[in-house]
Amino acid sequence: MFTEEKKNSQIYQDSNHLKPDTEIGVSNLVKDFFKKKLPINLHGTNSKKYIGYNVQAAKTLDLSNLNGVIEYLPEELYIKVLAGTPIKTIEDLLEKHNQQLAFEPLDFGYINDGKSNKGSAAGSVATNFAGSRRFKVGSVRDFVLGFRGVNGKGDIIKSGGTVVKNVTGYDLSKVVSGSFGTLVALTEVTLKVSPKKIFQNTIVIYLNDLKIISSLFHKILGSSNEISGATYIPDEPKSKKFDLNKSRVFKFNDLNNEGPFLAIRIEGDRVSVQERLKDISKELELKKYKTSILDNHQSVPFWIKVNNLELFTNTKNNLTRAVIPPSNSEKLMKFLGNKFKYFIDWSGSLFWIEVLDNEDDKIGQIREFISSNEGYMTIIKKSENFDFKEKIFSTDKAKLMISKKIKESFDPKSLFNPGKMYREI
Amino acid sequence: MSELVLPKVDKNIISKKSLIVSDLKKIINKNNVLSDPDEIKPYETDALAAYKNTPLAVVLPENTKEVSEILKYCNSENIKVIPRGAGTGLSGGALPLNDAILLGLGKFNKILDIDFNNKCVVTQPGVTNLSITHAVKHKGYYYAPDPSSQLACSIGGNVAENSGGVHSLKYGTTTNNILGAEMVLMDGTICRLGGKTLDQEGYDLMGLICGSEGLLGVITEVIVKILKNPQTVKAALVGFPTIEDGGNCVTEIISSGIVPAGMEIMDKALIDATEKFAKAGYPMDAEVLMIVELDGTNSEVDSMLKEIEKISQKNNSNSFKLSKNEKERMAFWSGRKAAFPACGAMAPDYYCMDGSIPRGKLSEILKEITKLSKKYNLAVANGFHAGDGNLHPLILFDGSKKEELKKTEEFGAEILKACVKMGGALTGEHGVGIEKRELMCEAFNDNDIQQQLDIKKSLDIKNLLNPGKVYPILRKCAEEGRIHVHRGEEKFPDLPRF
Repeated sequence: MFTEEKKNSQIYQDSNHLKPDTEIGVSNLVKDFFKKKLPINLHGTNSKKYIGYNVQAAKTLDLSNLNGVIEYLPEELYIKVLAGTPIKTIEDLLEKHNQQLAFEPLDFGYINDGKSNKGSAAGSVATNFAGSRRFKVGSVRDFVLGFRGVNGKGDIIKSGGTVVKNVTGYDLSKVVSGSFGTLVALTEVTLKVSPKKIFQNTIVIYLNDLKIISSLFHKILGSSNEISGATYIPDEPKSKKFDLNKSRVFKFNDLNNEGPFLAIRIEGDRVSVQERLKDISKELELKKYKTSILDNHQSVPFWIKVNNLELFTNTKNNLTRAVIPPSNSEKLMKFLGNKFKYFIDWSGSLFWIEVLDNEDDKIGQIREFISSNEGYMTIIKKSENFDFKEKIFSTDKAKLMISKKIKESFDPKSLFNPGKMYREI
Repeated sequence: MSELVLPKVDKNIISKKSLIVSDLKKIINKNNVLSDPDEIKPYETDALAAYKNTPLAVVLPENTKEVSEILKYCNSENIKVIPRGAGTGLSGGALPLNDAILLGLGKFNKILDIDFNNKCVVTQPGVTNLSITHAVKHKGYYYAPDPSSQLACSIGGNVAENSGGVHSLKYGTTTNNILGAEMVLMDGTICRLGGKTLDQEGYDLMGLICGSEGLLGVITEVIVKILKNPQTVKAALVGFPTIEDGGNCVTEIISSGIVPAGMEIMDKALIDATEKFAKAGYPMDAEVLMIVELDGTNSEVDSMLKEIEKISQKNNSNSFKLSKNEKERMAFWSGRKAAFPACGAMAPDYYCMDGSIPRGKLSEILKEITKLSKKYNLAVANGFHAGDGNLHPLILFDGSKKEELKKTEEFGAEILKACVKMGGALTGEHGVGIEKRELMCEAFNDNDIQQQLDIKKSLDIKNLLNPGKVYPILRKCAEEGRIHVHRGEEKFPDLPRF
C-alpha cells in the first residue's frame, strides 16, 4: 500500500475512504491512483452529495480535513482558505469585520435533512450556485480570485492569485467553478469578499397577476436603486403530496402570508435605505398594490430562509433549478400554473421547481418548455423513485465534445467523479 | 528592442502562398482575401508597434460560417492563424507570423440585438466597446468595462484579453460582464456558450475563453450585460504630502467598507507631467494625488464622500476638492487620462508597464520603483488604478542611446518581478501576448504552465491558433520589452491610454 494511503487507512480504518490533511498528501494519493487507474469519489464536506449522478468509484477522497483560514486581509477584500473550510466558519470570521461572501451562499442542508449545512468553500466553488444577490453582483465564479489544487495526474497546479486584476494565463478559476470536482481536487481557494451592508428593509407586494409580476421584475432589473433581492413566492398547490409550509416558513409580524407575494430587498445605510424605499415606491407605482415593509429584524431572516430553500425543507420529491432570460418568466409562470410548487428568485431569472415523486415525465416537459424559451434546467434533488430517464445536467453536442476535451486535459484517465455531471465525462 | 523568438517558420507553407491564397478566395469573397504587400501592411503590427511581421495573407470573413470554413481549411493544411480584432492590444497578442493567415474580424461590425427586457446586447465581435454604450445610452444604460482604448477596441478583443478599466474594482472586468458567446474552434467546430441567462450549466467554457488571448477559439458573437446608469457620479481630488499617506488612505477607504467606482493614484512626476500637458488644475504641492470616484444613489454617494474626506484628513491630506458638476468631474480625469502623451512630451521614449499588486503594497512598490529608478538612473512616472492594485509605471528614456534601452528593459522586468514577489500579477489588464511571455515562469511553475498547455492542446492539437503567444517559447525568464513608444509615435496616438 502506498505510504500516504496507508497512513490514512490506519487513521480512518477504511482503506477506501481517504482523508488527507495536506496538499502534498492529496497529490501523492492521486499520483498513486493515477498509476493504478483507480476512479475516485471526490468531495468536501459532502453537503451537496445528492446533486448529480452517483459516482461509482473504488476510492473516496475526502477533502474536509483541509480545513482552516490561510490568510484573511479585510483591507484587501479577500480570504484565502483551505478547500474544506466550512462556509459557516468563513462567514463567522467575515462578520466580525463587517464583511461577507459577495455571492450569498445557498444552504443545501434544509432540503436534504431539515438542518443547516452550507458545506465547504471548495464545495461552493465546485457547484457555483449563488443566492438571491446573484443578479445584482455575480455568481460564485465571479468571486474566485485564485485556487490551488491537484489535477488528475496528481500534479499540484495553481491559477490566479489574490488580486482582482490579473490576466496572466488562462482563467482556470472559472472553468473549475461549477465543475463538480470532475477536473481538480481543490486544496486552496481565494475568494473576494465585500463589505456587509449595515441595514436592510424588504418591501412585500401582495399580488398574483402574472403580467404585473413580470413587469415589476423588469422594472426592478432596470432600477438604479440598487435592489439586491427580488423573489416571488406564489401560493402552494392544493395537492397534499406537496408539503405545504409557506405559512410556517415565512412567518413574520409584517408579512401576510395568506396569498402570493413579491419581496424586494434594499440594503445600505439607514438613510439611503429610507430614501430608496420612497423612490422605489414611485418607480414601481406601489400605491396601486397592497404592500408591507419588513424592517431590518425581519428582512435579514426572511432572505436567509429564501437562501436556505426552506420552502422545500426535507422534500421527498424532485427539486429542479431552472434559469431563463427574465423576459420569459411570465410564460414559465403560466406553464407551471398551480400544478407545481415553486418560487422565483433573481428578479425573474431563477425558478426553483418541485416535481412530485413518480412524475418524472413532468420534469421532461418542464425542461422542454424551458429549453424552448432559451433557458436551462438542472435536477438538484432526485426523489426516491427517480427513473434517471431525464438527464441531471443538460448540454448540447458541441459543448459536450469540448467539455470532454477539457476534462481530458485535467484528468486524462477520468479518475475524478466519473459520470457525476454527464455519463460521458 | 530585444530580439523576439517566434515559432519556427514553415517554409513549405510560404512556398505554397499563391495556392493558399487561391484556395481562400474560393472559401470567401475574393475581395476579402488580401495578399498584396501594400494591402496587408496595416496588419503587420498591433498597438505593441515595436514588433512587426508580415502575414502570409489577410482574410476578412463576413460571417461565422466563413470563419469556420477558413479554420477548417487551415487546420487540414497545417496553416497557422492569427485572430485580430481592432489591433489595439498592448501586448502583441495579434502580432502576425510570416507563415500565418491573419484572420481579421473587422467585418463583424454589427450590433445584432438590443434586448432591454433582458438587459443585454447581442453583438458581433468587431463592434467597438464604446459603441455598445452608445447604442443603449438613450434609455439610460451602459456597458460597464471601460478600457482606455474603448473608442477603438473591439468587444471580441475585450473578450480575448478579458479587458478591464478604471471601474473594474466595482464592476469587474469583461468576464464578469458577458452572458454568452459564439466561438469557432481551430477544427471549424462552432459552439454557442451561455446565452441571455445568468450563469451557464456545465463547465464554464466562456470563463475559460475570456482572457485566453485568441489561443483557444475565435469569438464570432458576444452577449454582454448592460447596466442602468447610476443615479449620480461624483469625484474627489485629494493631495497627500507623502507616498505612505496616499497608500494608507487607499487601504483605509477600502477597509472602511466603501467600494469606489474608481480610485486612481498619481505620483509627483506624473502630476507634474500631466499638469503641464493638460492643465487639469491639480494641486502642485502634493507628492501623491488621488482621484476617487463614487457612483450609486444620491444619499449613499454623499455619505461615502464625507467618510472619504474624514479618512483623507486622518491620513494627512493637504488638499481635498469635490467635483461640483459633471464638467469638473471630467476635468479631474483629464490630467490622468493624458498620462501617456504627457510622458511622451517629457522624453524621447517611454515604456509602459502593467502589473498588479495587493492594494496594501502600494507605498512599498512605489519605494521599490524609486530605488530601481536610482539604480538604473532612469526617470519614471507612476499612475495606478489603485482601487484594484493595477499599476502603470511609465519609464522615460532615450532610445537613441542603445544602452539605455537595455537598461529600461531590465528596469521594467524588475518591476514586474517585484509585483509577483509582493503577491501580485505580471499583467493586470494588458495581457501577456508576446510581451511578457518569457516572464510567465515568474508567476507559474512548470506544472501550472503544463496544465494550461494541455488545455490548449486539447482544443488545438496542432498548435495552429495564435502560436507563440502567452506561453514561453524559451521556457526561461528572458526579459522582454514593454510598450515602447518612440518620440510619441504611438500606434493609435489619438487613443487616451491610462
